[in-house]
Amino acid sequence: MNGYAYLIWIPLLPLLGFVLMGLFGRTLRNASGMIGTLLLAGSTLLSFVAAYQYFFSDGKVNDVYRKITAFTITWLQFSPGVSIDMSLVIDPVSAMMLVVVCFVSLMVHVFSLGYMKGETRFATYYAYLSLFTFSMLGLVLAGNLFQVYIFWELVGVSSFLLIGFYYDRPSAVAASKKAFIVTRFADLGFLVGILVMAFYGQSLDIATLIGNLAAPQSAAYLSMTTAGFMGISALTWGLLLIFIGGAGKSAMFPLHIWLPDAMEGPTPVSALIHAATMVVAGVYLVARLFPVFSLDVSVMQVVTWTGIVSALLAALIACTQTDIKRVLAYSTMSQIGYMMFALGISGSGGEDGLGFMASMFHLFTHAFFKSLLFLCAGVIIHFVHSNDMRDMGGLRKLLPVTHVCFLVACLAISGIPPFAGFFSKEEILLAAYHANKPVYFIALFTAVLTAFYMFRLYFSVFWHKEPGHSPTHGEGALSMKLPLIVLLLCTVLAGFIPIASWVTVDGKTLATHMNPGFSVAPVVLSTLAILLAMRWYKKTSDTPDAAASALGPAFQTVSKKFYIDEAYLFVTRKIVFPFIGRPAAWIDRHIVDGAVNGIAGITGKLSQSVRAWQSGKVQSYALYFFSGIALLAIVFIYLWK
Amino acid sequence: MNTVPLSHILFLSTALFFIGMYGLFTRRNMITMLMAIELMLNSVNINFVAFNKYLYPGKLDGLFFALFIITIAAAEAAVAIAIIINLYRTHRSIDVDDATDMKY
Repeated sequence: MNGYAYLIWIPLLPLLGFVLMGLFGRTLRNASGMIGTLLLAGSTLLSFVAAYQYFFSDGKVNDVYRKITAFTITWLQFSPGVSIDMSLVIDPVSAMMLVVVCFVSLMVHVFSLGYMKGETRFATYYAYLSLFTFSMLGLVLAGNLFQVYIFWELVGVSSFLLIGFYYDRPSAVAASKKAFIVTRFADLGFLVGILVMAFYGQSLDIATLIGNLAAPQSAAYLSMTTAGFMGISALTWGLLLIFIGGAGKSAMFPLHIWLPDAMEGPTPVSALIHAATMVVAGVYLVARLFPVFSLDVSVMQVVTWTGIVSALLAALIACTQTDIKRVLAYSTMSQIGYMMFALGISGSGGEDGLGFMASMFHLFTHAFFKSLLFLCAGVIIHFVHSNDMRDMGGLRKLLPVTHVCFLVACLAISGIPPFAGFFSKEEILLAAYHANKPVYFIALFTAVLTAFYMFRLYFSVFWHKEPGHSPTHGEGALSMKLPLIVLLLCTVLAGFIPIASWVTVDGKTLATHMNPGFSVAPVVLSTLAILLAMRWYKKTSDTPDAAASALGPAFQTVSKKFYIDEAYLFVTRKIVFPFIGRPAAWIDRHIVDGAVNGIAGITGKLSQSVRAWQSGKVQSYALYFFSGIALLAIVFIYLWK
Repeated sequence: MNTVPLSHILFLSTALFFIGMYGLFTRRNMITMLMAIELMLNSVNINFVAFNKYLYPGKLDGLFFALFIITIAAAEAAVAIAIIINLYRTHRSIDVDDATDMKY
């Protein structure tokens, strides 16, 4: 089967691990970590082989990267065109994601060997990690929209399980529920969107759907744009609903509220799921359906503005938070906002496709430096036993390796050359500059904010004051340091990978736009922000507090996360519960339950009234029997005729 | 032979059947009930033999059925008496009204 049949093993190996550890976790115990890691190493190796084979040997035909379907199994056939298939598709985006997911997951597996050591539910943890990796790989390789949806829910479940891993902590339980409910709510939109698209596009297969809709005068396109609901065309509705699903998973405003709370999970999990892989699923979804999205200008506007607003809001909030993981969570949200608006401003082909390429490039580099940041945070939390920045300080001598890694990752996310984030962020800014000036200026401001809050974090953790506690143990085992160093190398080198010639919107090579003149402004501004952060946070000083009190209510609003959580609580407690929840409960209790109880009651009464027939007297039974026979005889002889 | 018409024999068997039925419903002693059942079976036998003789004189099917029923009746009597003996052991009675445990 065109040489990619082995792709099936990439998701199946982690699934095997999940089954093994799920069933025999108690007997395997500590060996389960090793088993999971080894199986995943196999997957990673295969994914590298697949990416190499795709990008360098047979993906390119006439200078255009094409889609290759490794294989398809038709699972449920609804009508000649519409079926739910299980298929594996490799194209530039999925090949890139494959490598990212496998690689980051492997790093997290290795890191967890040290981080989770001694945990009582060690095997369960690895089982969940494997389940997540399986689902994410399935999602990445899926060639059918419904298959995407199935795996989409599976990653949601594994995320839920891992956020609630410490189920004895009420906050973790609440966080996992919140994440599940919010994303589930968004997925409802996704499901309806899929159905709308399948109804008008006549297919659930992504490639066929694009083929049906993308031709400007095709029957499907015409029917979809003319049909409408409430003055908005069916195409717009379908895409908007799908985008709601993507926004929920990618923590875009206003569905982002679950992501900061999701940090209750173990830190390596945050690195894997809530930084590098699952939360970019929304971006990935838009990218896979990009030819359809680019048909509709208004939806692209929605994507753009959702992305940029999320990026800005998250960056503002991140400046005020004191929990190290929450700062990183908001920075994740902000960076995903970047990817999202870069997709939104992108055109569909040629030079206009710069935004698409930049978005994918940023997704690629962000996965490395953000998982590095989270793993560093894991080491720090492991060392300090606290999540709060104010408990840290002066750790640079105690955690030398982590210090270097964290510094490089901060430089990368701030867009300082020559680290990975610089290249991708410059591409995004450049695309924004050409396409949409207001977005460009907001993005630039966000980039400056990013540099500020990342270095606020860096200086608070590693400088600021003398370490307030005596070290009880070292930096951690080799299994914890090794992934840091590997990811550090990736963070330094990933920017030089020529993504532009591989992952583009139309499969053709895109000329790179490294323009030194253009890069001056962002880099200088970011450097200034870093210097400001250094001045404020390198030594203990009163300036930050003074600045905060000078800003007064504005600061208060930002540090309370713009009261978005409170708004949600208000809506649910004051509107949803009394006006929808209570009536629904009443109907359930009185009408639904009433019907069921009524039927049971009637049956009971009826049996009460006839039970006397069962007297135990043989002779009366015989009498019934003979009367019956006599009755039948009369019926057959005189009445039947 | 022709002096006895079929209707006489049918009258005999019907009478026998309803006598048996009357016994089955009115007697409380199980042995008597068993005997009543035997009466009913025999009335059926008479029917078989009579119809065979009057309607299909050249065949023997009705006689065979009668023989089968006699055999089965013997076996049934053995089973019934075994049940009655067991009942007597547990209830110290063979009155059918004393054995009404199987009710609601």
